[in-house]
Amino acid sequence: MSFDINFIGVLIASIMASSVPLILAASGELITERSGVLNLGIEGMMIIGAISGFSLMIVTGNLYIAIIGSMFGGIIISIIFGFLTQTLLTNHVATGLALTIFGIGMSAMIGKNFVGIPGKEFPVFLDNLSETIPFFGPILFGHSIIFYFAFILPFLTNYFLKRTKIGLMIRAVGDSPDSASNQGINVILVRYLCVLYGGAMCGLAGAYLSLIYTPQWIENMTAGRGWIALALVVFATWNPIKVLIGAMIFGGLTIIQLHMQALGLRIPVQFLSALPYIMTIIVLVVISRDSRKIKLSTPSSIGKIFYKEK
Amino acid sequence: MLKNFFRYFISSLFFLVAYSFSANAELKVGFVYVGPTGDHGWTYQHHEGRNAVEAAGFKTTYVESVPEGADSERVIRQLAKSGHGLIFTTSFGYMDPTNKVAKDFPNVKFEHATGYKREHSNVSTYSARFYQGRTLLGHIAGKMTKTNTIGYIASFPIPEVIRGINSMTLAAQKVNPNIKTKIVWVFTWYDPGKEAEAAQALIDQGADIIMQHTDSTAAVQVAEKAGVWSFGQASDMQKFAPKSVLTSIIDDWAPYYVERSKAVKNGTWKQQDTWHGLKEGMVAMGPYNPAMGSALVKEVEQLQKDLASGKANSFTGPIYDQKGNLLVAEGKTADDGMLAGMNVYVKGVTGDIPK
Repeated sequence: MSFDINFIGVLIASIMASSVPLILAASGELITERSGVLNLGIEGMMIIGAISGFSLMIVTGNLYIAIIGSMFGGIIISIIFGFLTQTLLTNHVATGLALTIFGIGMSAMIGKNFVGIPGKEFPVFLDNLSETIPFFGPILFGHSIIFYFAFILPFLTNYFLKRTKIGLMIRAVGDSPDSASNQGINVILVRYLCVLYGGAMCGLAGAYLSLIYTPQWIENMTAGRGWIALALVVFATWNPIKVLIGAMIFGGLTIIQLHMQALGLRIPVQFLSALPYIMTIIVLVVISRDSRKIKLSTPSSIGKIFYKEK
Repeated sequence: MLKNFFRYFISSLFFLVAYSFSANAELKVGFVYVGPTGDHGWTYQHHEGRNAVEAAGFKTTYVESVPEGADSERVIRQLAKSGHGLIFTTSFGYMDPTNKVAKDFPNVKFEHATGYKREHSNVSTYSARFYQGRTLLGHIAGKMTKTNTIGYIASFPIPEVIRGINSMTLAAQKVNPNIKTKIVWVFTWYDPGKEAEAAQALIDQGADIIMQHTDSTAAVQVAEKAGVWSFGQASDMQKFAPKSVLTSIIDDWAPYYVERSKAVKNGTWKQQDTWHGLKEGMVAMGPYNPAMGSALVKEVEQLQKDLASGKANSFTGPIYDQKGNLLVAEGKTADDGMLAGMNVYVKGVTGDIPK
C-alpha cells in the first residue's frame, strides 16, 4: 500500500461518501428533536425513502423524480408519526419504535418486485477532474448532487437555528412549549413541520443508499444506520456542526479499520470493528463537555407530550 | 421490546398461514427461512427451491425471517401440526428445535440444512460443498490477477467460511505461487454499505480480485466501478456487474427439494446426511465471463468436471497451516470430518482468524 497523496485523497473521499447518509438523517432528526419531538423512527423513514427512491427510479427511469419521491416517501410515513404524537398525543418513544418496525415491513412488501434489479449509474459532477487533480480531485469532484448537499446541510442547519426567525421559533417550541404557545406560536404546527422535515431528510438518506452508494434494493438495506444517526444527534449535543464531525469520525474509522484489516495488522478484529463506535462517543463527549453550552442547545421539552391549555 | 413485537407478529401471521392450509390431504411441504425472501442471497435461493417444489405439483407453505432458537421451534411445531408431511428448516440455528419437534411428530419428515444432528429417524440433514466452487474461483483468480493480491470479504469465523478461504487460496497458489490473500472480516452476512466499503478498502490496497462470503451484491458493484474482477455469491450476480463478475457460485437447492418431496410422496424417504457438491449440482457455477479468454474457460470447465467426478479434490495434500504444520499429507485428501471442523488458515493466508 502506498501512502502517497493521491491515495489519501481517495481515502478521504470514500470516508466522506460513507458518512453522507448519517449526516442527512442526523441533520433531519436534529431539527425534529430541537422542536421537542423525539422520533425513534429514523431507520423506518430511511428504509421507506430507500424503497420509494429505488422503485420510482425503476418505474419512471428518472433519477431526480426518484430523489424527490424518496423525500415524499419519508414525509408520508412521518405524517403518521406526526398525527399520532401531535394530534392523538401518543408516547413519542413507543410511536417511533413502531414507525421503524412499520417502515421495515412496509418497504419489504413494496420492494418484493424490485429485488435483483440492478440500479442505474447516478450522474456525478466533473468526474474527469477527480482523476487529474492530485489529492483535491477525488475529494471535490466526481460525486453526486446529494453528496455536496450533505456537506452544506449542517452549516445551513446551524445558521437556520441560530440566525433565522423560524429557527429561533423552533428552538423556543422545543425549550418551552408553554411559553412559546403563550407568545402566540402554534406549537403543534411547528412540531408537525419539523417532523415532516426530519422525514424528508431521512428519506433522502435512504435514497442515497439505494440509488447512489449501493444502487440496488435489498430488504433491510439501511442495516442500522438510522440508530447510529440517532445516537449521533444526542452525543453531538444537538449541534449540527458536531453532528458533521461525529459522522465523519464514524465513517472514517469504519473505513480505516477495514484498511487496517486488509493490511494484516495484528490487532484483534473485534476491537477494530468496535473502534468507530467507541471513538465517536469519546470524541463527541470530549468536544462537548461544556455543560453550559449543552444546556443551551438541549431541547428541554424533548419527548414530552404537549397539551395545549384551552 | 422490538424483538418481542416481531415474535408476536410473526407467530400471529404464521397462524393465519397455517390455518388457511390446514384442511388438505395431499402432501404439503413447509419451509422455515432465517431471512427475508428478498435478500437475493441465502434465503432467496431456498425460496427458489420452494418455487420448484411448488412447480412440481406440491402444496407449500413458508415462514420467513424466523429467529433461530425457541421461536423457530414454535413455527416448526405449528407447521408439523397443520398437516405438513415434510418440513425444510434452512438455517444452522434450527438444529435443536428441528430435532425436538421431530421427536413428537414421527410421521412428519424433517430436513435440516447445514446441521449435523439427526437424533430421530425422521430427521435428515443436508448441505452443499460450496468450497468446490471456491476452488474454481481460486484457479481463475490466480490466473487473472495482475497485482497478485486477492481481496476476500469474510463474514463470520466459522468453519464454512474458513474452508472457503482455504480452498480458494490453495487453488490460487497452485497456478500462481506469488498470490497473497487479504481478508477483511465484516461480522455480518448482510450489510450492503459495509460490504461495499470493505470491497473499496481492498481495492484501494491493490487487490484486483474481489471475493465475498457475504450475501449482497454491493461488492461486485464496487468492483465493476473500480474496474477490477469479482465473483458472485449464492446467486448469479452477473447482471449487477456484467464486466466485472467472472462467474458466480450458485446454491441450487431445487433438485434436492423436489427429489425429497417426491420421496415422501412415494414413501421412499429415508434418513440421510447429504453433502452434495458440483457432482450433484447442488453447487453450480454461473456463466463464465468471456473476458477470461477461451483457454482459461476451457481449463476451468475441465477442473469443474474433475472436481465433480472426484478426479480432482479441493484439499489435496501436502497442505500446511500458517505455522508450517502439516495438515494433510502428500497424496492424501482432507476427509469430511476435517472439513466440517476446519478452524485454521492454510499457509499463504495473512492475518489471524478472529477468536
